[in-house]
Amino acid sequence: MKHPEAAAGFVADSAKSSWHDQALWGVRTKRDAAVSAIPEWEELREQGARIKAWSLAHLDDLLVQFEAQCQQNGIVVHWAADGPEHNRIVHGILAKHRVKKLVKSKSMLTEECGLNEHLEAQGMEVIDTDLGERIVQLRHEPPSHIVLPAIHLQKEEIAETFHKTMGTPADMTDETELTRAARKDLRERFLQAEAGVTGVNFAVADKGIVVVCTNEGNADLGAGLPRLHIACMGIEKIIPKFDHLSVFTRLLARSATGQPITVYTSHFHKPKPGGEMHVVIVDNGRSALLGRKDFRRSLGCIRCGACMNTCPIYRRSGGHSYMATVPGPIGSTLAPSKDPKTHDSLPFASTLCGSCTDVCPVKIDLHQQLLAWRGELVKMGYGDRKKIRSMKLAGKVLSSPTLYKLAGIGARIALRGPRFVLPSEAKKWLTNRDLPPVPAESFRARYRRHQK
Amino acid sequence: MRVGLFIPCYVDQFFPSAGMATVELLENHGCDVAFPEAQTCCGQPMANAGCSGDAAAAARHFVDTFSGYDYVVSPSGSCVAMVKHQYPKIVGNAASSVVSKTYEICEFLLDVVKVTQLQASCSKLVAIQMACHGTRELRLATGSERPALPTFSKPRQLLEMVDGMQLVELQRPDECCGFGGLFSIDEVDVSCAMGDDKLSDFQQARAELVVSTDMSCLMHLGGLSSRQDRGLKFAHIAEVLNGDWA
Repeated sequence: MKHPEAAAGFVADSAKSSWHDQALWGVRTKRDAAVSAIPEWEELREQGARIKAWSLAHLDDLLVQFEAQCQQNGIVVHWAADGPEHNRIVHGILAKHRVKKLVKSKSMLTEECGLNEHLEAQGMEVIDTDLGERIVQLRHEPPSHIVLPAIHLQKEEIAETFHKTMGTPADMTDETELTRAARKDLRERFLQAEAGVTGVNFAVADKGIVVVCTNEGNADLGAGLPRLHIACMGIEKIIPKFDHLSVFTRLLARSATGQPITVYTSHFHKPKPGGEMHVVIVDNGRSALLGRKDFRRSLGCIRCGACMNTCPIYRRSGGHSYMATVPGPIGSTLAPSKDPKTHDSLPFASTLCGSCTDVCPVKIDLHQQLLAWRGELVKMGYGDRKKIRSMKLAGKVLSSPTLYKLAGIGARIALRGPRFVLPSEAKKWLTNRDLPPVPAESFRARYRRHQK
Repeated sequence: MRVGLFIPCYVDQFFPSAGMATVELLENHGCDVAFPEAQTCCGQPMANAGCSGDAAAAARHFVDTFSGYDYVVSPSGSCVAMVKHQYPKIVGNAASSVVSKTYEICEFLLDVVKVTQLQASCSKLVAIQMACHGTRELRLATGSERPALPTFSKPRQLLEMVDGMQLVELQRPDECCGFGGLFSIDEVDVSCAMGDDKLSDFQQARAELVVSTDMSCLMHLGGLSSRQDRGLKFAHIAEVLNGDWA
């Protein structure tokens, strides 16, 4: 299935789609309010963009520096070329410690690598501890948003899930009560866990520390209670210096939810006494993306989700319509670099309105990348072949004044005639929309009279 | 100054009044307007479909047609954004003879002609449909995404010069209408849902007339509105800046 069909399914429930749109627009509004309180916001974005650009240009040296600093701090560093290697490494560490139960805080990287499925297949129990992620885990669904994983669900649907899986009363639909029920259930699991896996928001090269940002404190419990902490990160999470961190912590939470800072911003420097800390650094297609000059800036993404909240398509079509680990505008530019065939409709799931580019805290030129991907995909032989053929014809007609004039006359005559002779594109337009009344004369005919 | 007028292909065929209003507006403000008959299309439909090779032929033709004028002016922010932002990528240096002198009509009137008053009147409640490329690529107005920057809006500044103008405020002043060229066909369901929300926003603000710098937004919104008998009227901004709307 491609994006238009998946989106049509979500839009068909217009009440739900409209609720989803309003909920995310609410987040965008909070972001705007937080941004307007920072007069130097645009300068801060510029700084964020420049630090990320520099980091990506010096990634090789920074990664090596980060590894050395981590080792000095007593953190064990692992390197994984791809998802399967990442999963094998994490499993290996867990197996060595005879871990059967582990807790995991939000990590889009482990989602991308399919870590949960891999560990579960080996008999381990993985509990996602971010509330939204826990909800979608209980429903056997992927997250639909990178910051708000269960934003596609209304509280009644969550109540039903909790009723079925945790035995809460069927009529308990109050948000606070549902949250308390989940917290009670999760507390037990934190106490039982033998290891905690977290993601990484920022990896600071000059200090060898990892920074994890959450609002629920779940990463802190997961990393703090068990003896073993494994932090998984993509190679692009590196920032050069500790001094740079505040630029990103100021940008991240404001862009994500409109908060001045995440509730928990935890710096992990070294293993706890008597414990072990591991960092797994994953490539999984990132260095290939770094080699593509039109698209490398997408590696600067700090996963705030602002482009999703602002995207008028995402808000109405829902995150699952993208069928990619990361949905929305940033997902639509990341996904085709991994698997162009599967994701060839995503760069077209945009009006190129540019709102994503203007909210991005690190100034990724998202809508320009989506446009560039369209060209790449056509060159690679993907996309709608019929449309490409008609574009070839359009290119010929629209570069020739004579053919253009004939086509214009033809179009105006065709649109006055019976509907069944129209091409399928015009028919699709006409399913919900009228065409403008066809004027008696074109502009150029009127202009000629005007000149006389 | 000799102004080469670029009329987008669909405006030429379907919205001649928007084109004529642009001509009159420029002439009334002392511009020597010429409409080169050889012009066709800026090439954006092909470029946005990923067929930049096919767009390049149209782009080169545009450059050949317009490079001799002092200015190139168009009643379409989207086509102007195509020329200014995409031509350098598609046809390289050849674009340089048109890029810096091509203007959308509102920015041309304010920034080059320096218009301070207009001969126009309007007694309707008017909503502005801020077209995306005009807002976020040409920066005709401060986008709602950038609230830390000083607020301005060139279309609004011009509309406020119209006698009796009453502008209404939208809940989402620059949310995309959902047209998006071929997006309106490829993603017809999302496109129409976006358009319907926009129409509802106009109506909750009690707008009677919707104006835009781009007829493409209005073709989509007007098509939805007319199918649903919403009773809204739509006009290109040039038609309001140059007319009497009772």
